Amino acid sequence: MAKLKMSKKSTKVDMTAMCDMAFLLLSFFIMTATAKVPEALPVETPASTVQTKLPDENLGTLSIAKGKVFYGVTGRDIRSETLKRMGEKYKVPFSDADLTKFALIDGFGVDIRQMKQLIDMKNEERMKENVQPGIPYDSINNQLTDWIQISRNVTKELHEKDLDIAIKGDAKEEYPTVKKVLDILQKQSKNNFFLVTGLRSEDF
Amino acid sequence: MAELNTGDGGGKKGGGKVRSKKSNPGVDLTAMVDLAFLLITFFILTTTLSKPQSMNLALPDEPKIDDPIPPETPAWRTLTIVLGSGDKVLWYSGRTDGPPLDGPVVSGYGKSGIRDLILSKKKGVDDRNKSLGEPDLEKVGITVILKPSEKSNYKNFVDILDEMAITGVKKYATVDITPADIKFLETNNIY
Repeated sequence: MAKLKMSKKSTKVDMTAMCDMAFLLLSFFIMTATAKVPEALPVETPASTVQTKLPDENLGTLSIAKGKVFYGVTGRDIRSETLKRMGEKYKVPFSDADLTKFALIDGFGVDIRQMKQLIDMKNEERMKENVQPGIPYDSINNQLTDWIQISRNVTKELHEKDLDIAIKGDAKEEYPTVKKVLDILQKQSKNNFFLVTGLRSEDF
Repeated sequence: MAELNTGDGGGKKGGGKVRSKKSNPGVDLTAMVDLAFLLITFFILTTTLSKPQSMNLALPDEPKIDDPIPPETPAWRTLTIVLGSGDKVLWYSGRTDGPPLDGPVVSGYGKSGIRDLILSKKKGVDDRNKSLGEPDLEKVGITVILKPSEKSNYKNFVDILDEMAITGVKKYATVDITPADIKFLETNNIY
């Protein structure tokens, strides 16, 4: 009988193709990923089962936490034009350098009179807690209404679209604060908006 | 394949022929593939999680003075849910100026709480409409009235809106709380 020979095949696998594919996917994900920007007001959103994606453009975000309200819009052109008009309305002058610098700020929460100091701050300083006290939104000094109204007008003029409003409320925020913000929007006949939520399964 | 040959045939010193080394051009790719997949996993997870979800909320227009008075919904077609403190809700059917048709009863949120009640109420209204021979069941379906109290928080509000989406209630409205509702909450110790 012939002897059984162990085949001397190598156990190694050619990894070239796998490596190619892995890096192709890797470059794809790196390119599509969007960097997470730090927020001035940390908000822990409640969860819901509804999954509507937020629009990427022409969106104004109202963050509500600890009784403070912060506001931010997408689009640099809209941001600087909004600030310009707010300055005119409240008689606070802003230079062109201020306007370009403001266009890079994602969200803010200060009185329009303190806006100049906020713009002059460094990024890290601005993001610190308790630096920004929130936009005034009570009946005596309702700057939030003006911010929303003016940014909506600007969006309509520059992009010919109505600004979508997203509300990003903290889960523990008391309802009266949310109600006040909803009332402000409703008074401007902005009745349709997005509530930013996390995701959960249907049997919670 | 996939390895570099080093020091081949070290024992044969002083041999006559000088042989060219049979060097293998392949490199070990295992570590590289490992790293690539690790990074892929990282990027997949971060990109899908960072996209925020949202839910739509539509509120009615501010009522104007010369608006026509809307037709009244019969009391048996309504369900009022009052959001109280401590993650509790209180529900009743009908009006507050007399004894309500059903309730008031304290309940919680979610599957073990108010969901079954909403579903059974919805079915009850649909059945009664069917026996009345209503042509459009959706139009005359149940109307849920949500009344968040000052002691409820934003999470409760989102939870109850989510409950509307899960149970498929088409008609619901957020309404300001009334003193009668607060009295209900107070007697049930959730205000």
